[in-house]
Amino acid sequence: MSEKCCCAGEKFKELQPVLDKYAKVPGSLITILQKTQEIYGYLSMEAINHISEATGIKPAKIYGVATFYAQFRLQPVGKYLIMLCQGTACHVNGSEMIEEAVCEHLGIKDGETTDDGVFTLNNVACLGCCSLAPVMMVQSAEGNETYGNLTKDKVVKILDEIRERA
Amino acid sequence: MKVIIGQGSCGIATGAKKTEAEFEKQIKEKNVNVTLDFTGCVGTCYLEPIVDVYEDNGDMTRYVKVQPDKVEKIVEEHLIGGKPVEEYAISAEDQQFLAKQERIVLRHCGHINPEKIEEYMAVGGYEATKKVLTSMTADEVIGEIKTANLRGRGGAGFPTWFKWNAAKGNPGKNKYIVCNADEGDPGAFMDRSVLEGDPHSVLEGMIIGGYAMGATEGVIYCRAEYPLAIKRLEIALEQAREKGFLGKNIFGSGYDFDIRIKAGAGAFVCGEETALIASLEGERGMPRLKPPFPAARGYWQAPTNINNVETFANVSWIIMNGGEAFAKIGKGPSTGTKVFALAGKIKKGGLAEVPMGLPVRDVIFGIGGGIKNDKEFKAVQMGGPSGGCIPASLIDTPVTYEDIVKTGAIVGSGGMIVMDEDTCMVDMARYFLDFTRKESCGKCNYCRIGTKRMLEILERITRGEGRDGDIELLEELAGKIKDGSLCGLGQTAPNPVLTTLKYFRNEYEDHIYNHKCTAGSCKALIHYEITDKCIGCTACSKKCPVGAISGQVKGQHVIDQTKCIKCGKCEETCKFGAIVRK
Repeated sequence: MSEKCCCAGEKFKELQPVLDKYAKVPGSLITILQKTQEIYGYLSMEAINHISEATGIKPAKIYGVATFYAQFRLQPVGKYLIMLCQGTACHVNGSEMIEEAVCEHLGIKDGETTDDGVFTLNNVACLGCCSLAPVMMVQSAEGNETYGNLTKDKVVKILDEIRERA
Repeated sequence: MKVIIGQGSCGIATGAKKTEAEFEKQIKEKNVNVTLDFTGCVGTCYLEPIVDVYEDNGDMTRYVKVQPDKVEKIVEEHLIGGKPVEEYAISAEDQQFLAKQERIVLRHCGHINPEKIEEYMAVGGYEATKKVLTSMTADEVIGEIKTANLRGRGGAGFPTWFKWNAAKGNPGKNKYIVCNADEGDPGAFMDRSVLEGDPHSVLEGMIIGGYAMGATEGVIYCRAEYPLAIKRLEIALEQAREKGFLGKNIFGSGYDFDIRIKAGAGAFVCGEETALIASLEGERGMPRLKPPFPAARGYWQAPTNINNVETFANVSWIIMNGGEAFAKIGKGPSTGTKVFALAGKIKKGGLAEVPMGLPVRDVIFGIGGGIKNDKEFKAVQMGGPSGGCIPASLIDTPVTYEDIVKTGAIVGSGGMIVMDEDTCMVDMARYFLDFTRKESCGKCNYCRIGTKRMLEILERITRGEGRDGDIELLEELAGKIKDGSLCGLGQTAPNPVLTTLKYFRNEYEDHIYNHKCTAGSCKALIHYEITDKCIGCTACSKKCPVGAISGQVKGQHVIDQTKCIKCGKCEETCKFGAIVRK
């Protein structure tokens, strides 16, 4: 299934320094996948095939690793990635209600992206800001911004503000 | 004069960066001669953003909840006028949160700038490393840790000296010491705070441990969800190398050692040693059968020792103060202190480091200030998905490895999630099973399929479709999953169900036989009613998305239960408390 293509190198030229550094270092697959996702926002099948050729690791195995860990995404994400904390403290303090409010306001479910490509919603295990529960982190090219002590109204207001910026 | 702003992740989340920018602006505009600096997490997360103003004589005023609008007054009255702004300062009651603690692990958190090695060295940093490398043998180091009886702070409480000694005794050209910074327990954040607030103390613990076991390299396996911790660790590593505390021939001892960071990719099972090693090697993080233990064959088949962040942070204190001083703190075989992360329905959320053996009550009510909105304390969840719920009747249990295990919970990494009368215990069990079901690596049938089946049963109970015999079925499955799983994840996955069944069996029975959720949390089992407090303002009927509320203006309204979808919007909207959940 790996496709030999003369333009592949050109297409993944941002990834080349990463591959130069890690491709032949044993145990570096997760690091390579993390850097790939950092650059392209997600792991496309094309990228997986390209990494396979550079490292000699079979695409099936790379796919296996990529689907094992919560961090990796196989679909592109919106400009702003909403990481909604579903840790224990957030759950006790009503994170399910916050999720409902976000879903209703944006018209998407966990793992989906809005039609305009602005927001993607991901439920995550724990962001470690438990004393501010419920919490969400919004990841974008602008950096990571964490919002705490969320309420239904507050989260809608935050999303509207971000949308205006986008 | 010095102005120091707390900038751990929680401080930043509440706006510490904006506060800092405002200080910068004001100081520049008003041309005030003060130094602006930052520190890690102070521990009183519920008061963030926190700003400490140090006078030249060392006196300190702590300001709390300092949003940008408070900055101007502090700058004008205190920094310029020399008179502290009493109304913004921490209250005497809030000071008790820290005053009641005994801090070893968090001793520098909130005091030093974590990105400056000089500040760490000014408070005695790297003295322990120097002492070990220039005047102690490996056996002496291990002996000191044995005297201290330091035990693993990640959850299991296994003696640290034993692991170091085992790794030391096993031959190998390369040996590794690994720091488990993959704080996966949802509801625990002490490791994040230590990494963000005092990264060098962890590095020191690793160098000393590495020397004791003869490690050639150290690896920190840190969660990718903690970007700030990774950034500060990278800075700390760079600075330690520059100072010669890492690298070749450290302190002229002939010992070569360096540390690198590996970012984890999000898998709870990687808290298990063999799974963590698989992940370090770039594989799916699946555990394997032990023995051989990692001390014999671990990372790349070489002798490997893995300790958690908090464990390492204790090491340099023990070396400097002696194992005996450490062993004097605590109760029985649980020596030293433990950091607990207080969260949930608690008034004062944050980090509490206390001597082992303190009753749970003293932590939750003494330090944490009790329950939010003065509701009734129901239970505290300890040990995360591997732990259990301790009910109000056992609140005087001392926090030691031994006493907590007797209740069915575990100390674990130290998360304490406090629950009040509104928390449904069946729903909590469902929540944790949902977590372990997602995080099961899939290797063992009982864990992979058993947790799914248990979750299905719990889901139908919370949906109001519980059947006679469900409780017994849960108990049977729990036993089988415990017996049939290879690693800690599966072996402990049923604990949240078993402890809630042990202490809150009546809630399960209420759900199944009486179709009632006493906590008023399970949607399918509650309904809303409008009482005679209703003045007929019509606000709720306008807000109801399904038009279930009807009534005359200025007359008591009613909810049509057949239409109601129990979204709770009416209850939120009503200003008169006329809508009750039953």
